[in-house]
Amino acid sequence: MSDELEIPTVESVTGSGVAIRGNDIDTDQIIPARFMKVVTFDGLGEFAFFDQRFDDADNQKDHPLNEPAHQDASVMVVNANFGCGSSREHAPQALMRWGIDAFIGESFAEIFAGNCLALGMPTLEADAETVTAIQEWVEVNPDGDLEIDVAAETVTYGDTTVEVSVDDAQRKALLEGVWDTTALMKANAETVRETAEALPYVENGKRV
Amino acid sequence: MSEGTLYDKVWDRHAVTRLPTGQDQLFVGLHLIHEVTSPQAFGMLRERDLEVAYPDLTHATVDHIVPTSSKDRPYRDDAAEEMMAELEENVRESGIEFSHPETGEQGIVHVIGPEQGLTQPGTTIVCGDSHTSTHGAFGALAFGIGTSQIRDVLATGTVAMEKQQVRKIEVTGDLGDGVEAKDVILEIIRRLGTEGGVGYVYEYAGEAIENMDMEGRMSICNMSIEGGARAGYVNPDETTYAWLEGREEVPEDGAFEERKAYWESIRSDPDAEYDDVVTIDGGALEPVVTWGTTPGQGVGVTEPIPEPEALPAEKVDTARRAQEHMRVEPGDTMEGYEVDVAFLGSCTNARLPDLRRAARIVKGREVDPDVRAMVVPGSQQVKAAAEAEGLDEIFTEAGFDWRGAGCSMCLGMNEDQLEGDEACASSSNRNFVGRQGSKDGRTVLMNPRMVAAAAINGEVTDVRKIKEVALNE
Ligand code: SF4
Repeated sequence: MSDELEIPTVESVTGSGVAIRGNDIDTDQIIPARFMKVVTFDGLGEFAFFDQRFDDADNQKDHPLNEPAHQDASVMVVNANFGCGSSREHAPQALMRWGIDAFIGESFAEIFAGNCLALGMPTLEADAETVTAIQEWVEVNPDGDLEIDVAAETVTYGDTTVEVSVDDAQRKALLEGVWDTTALMKANAETVRETAEALPYVENGKRV
Repeated sequence: MSEGTLYDKVWDRHAVTRLPTGQDQLFVGLHLIHEVTSPQAFGMLRERDLEVAYPDLTHATVDHIVPTSSKDRPYRDDAAEEMMAELEENVRESGIEFSHPETGEQGIVHVIGPEQGLTQPGTTIVCGDSHTSTHGAFGALAFGIGTSQIRDVLATGTVAMEKQQVRKIEVTGDLGDGVEAKDVILEIIRRLGTEGGVGYVYEYAGEAIENMDMEGRMSICNMSIEGGARAGYVNPDETTYAWLEGREEVPEDGAFEERKAYWESIRSDPDAEYDDVVTIDGGALEPVVTWGTTPGQGVGVTEPIPEPEALPAEKVDTARRAQEHMRVEPGDTMEGYEVDVAFLGSCTNARLPDLRRAARIVKGREVDPDVRAMVVPGSQQVKAAAEAEGLDEIFTEAGFDWRGAGCSMCLGMNEDQLEGDEACASSSNRNFVGRQGSKDGRTVLMNPRMVAAAAINGEVTDVRKIKEVALNE
C-alpha cells in the first residue's frame, strides 16, 4: 500500500485537438444512461458520444471522434455550457478514457468542471471568437499540437498564442498538485485516526 | 452562519482539518455501499494500489438491480449478475460486511441501515446515493456522494466537503386524518421548490415532526434531496432512542445509557442560530399528490391543478410540458386521474408501518381489474415482519403482487418497469420522465394509503373517503 502517493501537478497539456461544436451538450449525450450499468469506468471510452457516433444499426455516423485523423487527440475544444445535465462522473471518465486530457471551451457546467478537476483535467475558458478560431484550426490541422500553459493561462497553436482563463481554485489545485483529494487526504491519515478515536462510537477503527 | 445546531456540533466533532482547497476534511463514521455506484470506486482503488482504510465502518447491500421475483442465481439479466458478482468480490477482498440476500438482512440501503442500528445519532453517514439524507431522521449527518468521493472515503475514511447553511423547517400542529409524513415533505418541496434547498441542510422540527414515528421522519428526510437539500435531519429524542434500543448494532445496557448522553449532547441548542427559518401549518394540510414531472409539482388532492401561467416565470415552461406529458388540465383536480399501476415500495415508503397503514385500506377489498398492483417491501426484514402479521395475505387476497425486497419500480433498473404510457400511483420519491423505466410512463407520487386507495379504485382517490379496516394485530 502506497501511503506516499504523489499527486502530479498539471502545469501544461500538449497534444492535438478535436472540435466538438454546439452549445448545451449534456452528459446524456456524452455518455447515454444505458452504458452506466457497468462495474468499471474502464471501457467507457468507446461509448463516448455513442448516439452521435453510431446509428441504430451501429454504423458509424459523421462525427469528429470517428475521424481517423482525430484518433490521437487529447484536447477537446467545445462551446458553451458543455457537460450540463446529471452529475454523472461517467461523462468526464468516458472522455478521459477516450483519450482527452484537457478541455478548452466557452463555458462548462459547474459539476462537470468539478468532476474533471477530480480527474486532473483542466477546463479552460475563452470567448466565443477565440474558441471558434481554435476549432477551425484543429479541423484543418488535426495533427497540429495545442500547447496549454495552465500557469500562464495561454494556449499556443501554430504561430498563435491566445489567452484563456482558468478559475483560481482550479488553477491552484492543478499547479500545486492538490486536485486529487484522495492523495491529499490520505496524507493526513494520522489526524484522521485521532479524530476518529475521539468519537464516542469508534474504537480501534471499529464501531462500538 | 448557523451556530449551536446539531449540524454544527456533528460537523465539528468529525472535522479533521481544513484542506488547501478550502474544504473541510470530514471523518465518515459509516460508509454504506451498493452495487451501482461502488464498483468504479473499487476499480480506482485497485488502479492506485490502495486498500479500504476503515472496512469495519463500511457496510454493503444490494438493492437497485436485484430482481424482486426470485433471488435465484445467476440473475436472468447478465448486467445485474455481473454487478452483483463484482460487489461480492469487492466486499470479500476488503473484509466489508455485506447484507447479502442469503442473510435475510438485504434490502434498500436506506432501509437496512436504520433497521440494523447502523444508523445512529451524532454520526456522519455517506453513500453513493442521493437519498442518503434518509438517515438524518436519527440525528445523523447523512448525505449522498459521487464516485470520486466514494473512492476518497474507501481510501481515507474521509470526505472533502464545504459546510452549508442550516434552514429550520418547523411543522406546527397535528396532521389531519389521512395526512402523513409524505404529504408534509411534498408540501415543503412544493412550497420551497426543488432547488430551494441548494446550499442548505434542512432541520425538521415542530410538533408535527416530534409526534411522528421514526418511519415518518425517515420519509421526510429521504426527500430532502428532492427539495435540493443534500441533507436533512431531525434532532434525536425519546422516540429515536426507543426505536434504536435492542437493535443489532446498538450498544446495550450501561453502554446504551452512556451513548444516549452523547446523543442528547448533539441536539440543537434551544438558542441555536439558523440561517433561515420556515414555518408550515401541518394542521392545514390535506393529502398531496403530484400532477407533473418533478416532485415539486404537487397539489392537495381536492385542489385544482395550477395554470402554468400562474406559476413563477421560470416554471411556466416546465409546467406546460409536464401537464402535456401527464395529460392533465389546469383547473381539474387529480382526484379521479386513472391509473394502470400501483407501486407500494421504495426507500421513502416501504417500511412496516407504511405497509400496515396501506393494508388497512386494502383489507377486504379488491384491486381494480385494470390495475396491476405490487408491494415491494423495503427489506427482507420488513417483508418477514409483515408476513408474520399476515399483511402479505391481505395484499395478495386483494390482488396485489407481493414481491421480494429492492428498489424495483422506483427506478426500473430491474425488470419491474412501467410499459408504454402507463400511469402509476407510486409511494416513491421521483416522478421524472422515464424514471420508472418507460419514457412515456406517468408517475403520480403520493402517500402509501393513497396508493392503496388508487389501486382499489383504479384512479387517484382521496383516501379520507375510504373507511379504514382494523387489522388483527
Ligand atoms: S428505492 Fe429508489 S430512491 Fe431509494 S435508493 Fe432505491 S432507487 Fe434510490
